[in-house]
Amino acid sequence: MSATDVESGGAVACPACIATPAARGQGQAGAGGEETILALPGVHCASCIITVEGALTALPGIGDARVNLTLRRVRIRHDGSRTPEDLIAAVKATGYEALPLDMVALSSTETERQSHDLLMRLGVAFFAMMNIMLLSVAVWSGATGATRDLFHMISGAIALPTVLFCGQPFFRSALAGLRAGRLGMDFPISLAIVLASSISVYETFHSGHHAYFDAAVMLTFFLLGGRYLDHRTRAAARSAAQELAALEVPRAIRLTDGAEETVAVSDLRAGDLVVIRPGARVPVDGVVTAGESELDRALLTGETLPVAVAPEAVVNAGVVNLTGSLTVRVTAAGRDTSLARMADLVAVAEEARNRYTSLADRAARLYSPLVHLMSFGAFGVWMWITGGDVRFAINISAAVLIITCPCALGLAVPAVVTAASGRLFRLGLLVKSGTALERLAEVDTVVFDKTGTLTMGAPQPLDLDRHGAGDLSVALALAAVSSHPLAQALAGAARASGIAAATVTDLREVPGHGIEGLLDGARVRLGRAEWVGAVPGDITATWLGIAGRPPVEFAFADSLRPGAEALVAGLKAQGMAVHLVSGDVPAAVADLAARIGISDWRAQVLPEGKAAFVADLSARGAKVLMVGDGLNDTAALAAAHVSVSPATALDAARVASDIVLMGQDIAPVAEALRVSRKAVRRIRENFGISFGYNVIAVPVALIGLATPLLAALAMSLSSITVTLNAMRLGGGRE
Amino acid sequence: MNILVILIPISLFLGIFGLGFFVWTMRTRQYDDPKGDAERILSDRWDDHPAP
Repeated sequence: MSATDVESGGAVACPACIATPAARGQGQAGAGGEETILALPGVHCASCIITVEGALTALPGIGDARVNLTLRRVRIRHDGSRTPEDLIAAVKATGYEALPLDMVALSSTETERQSHDLLMRLGVAFFAMMNIMLLSVAVWSGATGATRDLFHMISGAIALPTVLFCGQPFFRSALAGLRAGRLGMDFPISLAIVLASSISVYETFHSGHHAYFDAAVMLTFFLLGGRYLDHRTRAAARSAAQELAALEVPRAIRLTDGAEETVAVSDLRAGDLVVIRPGARVPVDGVVTAGESELDRALLTGETLPVAVAPEAVVNAGVVNLTGSLTVRVTAAGRDTSLARMADLVAVAEEARNRYTSLADRAARLYSPLVHLMSFGAFGVWMWITGGDVRFAINISAAVLIITCPCALGLAVPAVVTAASGRLFRLGLLVKSGTALERLAEVDTVVFDKTGTLTMGAPQPLDLDRHGAGDLSVALALAAVSSHPLAQALAGAARASGIAAATVTDLREVPGHGIEGLLDGARVRLGRAEWVGAVPGDITATWLGIAGRPPVEFAFADSLRPGAEALVAGLKAQGMAVHLVSGDVPAAVADLAARIGISDWRAQVLPEGKAAFVADLSARGAKVLMVGDGLNDTAALAAAHVSVSPATALDAARVASDIVLMGQDIAPVAEALRVSRKAVRRIRENFGISFGYNVIAVPVALIGLATPLLAALAMSLSSITVTLNAMRLGGGRE
Repeated sequence: MNILVILIPISLFLGIFGLGFFVWTMRTRQYDDPKGDAERILSDRWDDHPAP
């Protein structure tokens, strides 16, 4: 570590002290204000850090912004005048994606504390191990008599407190396991550590030749290393994936005696009246009492086409209000909404998945009884051979426990999972669940949702060139004033092709229908087919009606998510069966399926239908990977063997899935499958390696030839081989 | 073997010193963002006036 590094690290110490000079004045005013954390999936270098931090600190009211490159986050301290949306906009302006993270949850500080705790124990074990090793080298190289005893004593004085302090995680979990009536991996570990320490104390006081203090501490160190790796990968992914702030609105505007007030959604009761402005997400289930509008239900049902609503129409929590302001009488709020009920479906489906037994569990199940059997067997046999020499027999059985040390076993899985998760993290995938990688490796069938997963969920106008420039300029003038997604897409595309807006006066938006205005005294309308006087087709379209002329149709198609075609091609190349299941109309689904080359598709499938489809595939023996984002996919996501959802998905969908895709591009999913299969191969290799070491070392220990030197060699060699093998996986940049 | 009287305390002192140093690095949160710290050194933002 260079001196400069230490200095910069020292500066990191107190994030509050390092407000930039420019922002310091405001920073002090805002100190102790609010804190916002954003996820930045795209940052990767020094200049990214500077750009993002610079853009954020340039905003007024910002105390300090600090990017954490390891976790790809930025922590912003501000005086409360900035909403997360402002901050995201500022980051987006510099060209980086940003997603809000909800850090209020206590869990993040809790996991941080745990990881510091583990790291501290790891450090202490390391220093103790190194010092004891130095002393042990003297003993191994032939110190005898009083010198050897002195060295053993000093080793013991270092080792005993270290083992007591550093071994706690293992002792605790072994005890917890015992109480629950099962022998996990931690019981033989704890037994080996305790037995090795106590026998060494006894030997030291009786001037014995062999003391295993070094082995006890080394065992603790290597196993803590595995534990720490495991903890760090999971904590990083879990907190980011689960705490991506809820897309569901936490606040609603309540109408009380005609006055509007903003309240938390949790305070709403059935019978309350709430106002839903255009562009907002509906927070409750309810019935429209006033207003007309169109609703975007894409996340709930997969339909791309907005649905018109008028008074008496039923609305569900989670849909987005598009054009007009609505007043809704609440029929169900909070935990009673259809949104929350979806969670029950998920819980049932997840039950099955939690029963999955990981490779590590299976190995431990085999390993624990075998080790105990061998150790006690050796004790019994040597008692019989030596005619009751307890000291010698215990020595042998301790040596067996130490030599079969689960060091390599304890490192075999975490080291691989860390390397693989790191690789996936660089590809923009967050692995939330510990066994997700193993399950991903078994996948042979992939089921996709359409809207929002293979497509961006944002429509793009088709064949604009087909229309005359006159029509387009009128359409642009009308579309430009609306916030309806079709209108915005049309306006954007028309502007991009260099069309100038015609002069249309008296523009006004008719909620639920479209926009109308006057062009040279004649009425022009852009909107729904029926309203303009046309016959609606079965594709997504908006119509332009100019008085005295037949209406003109502007057709739309959802734009593909970047990488979707490459992903499907890649999956087919890997020999996967690919299915497309959507809640959208058949025409739209067929069109997309043809575009990206999926031959097996289903349309207008209900949420239960999706889950049933996945369950049916699983029943026929397929291991299904479900990729979806909507509420209608949630049950299917939970029912699948393993699931992926994009970060833009609804909260419920993200919670139900194992892996979250942070970037826009969906192509990395194919790479993730490849990485996961490689990871599982490495895990198996690692088990093979540690088994190989045991095959050589255990017989030596059983016949009583094990020495502390041999134990130290076997332990460190197997641990290092296993770690190096795991690290081959992380190699290669994206 | 009299040299041990000097060498053992020295080695123990060095070990404890190292441990103390490690505890200090933990306390000052130097393991929170190892990748970021490695990249930040490339920035010339603080070259003329060190970070406060």
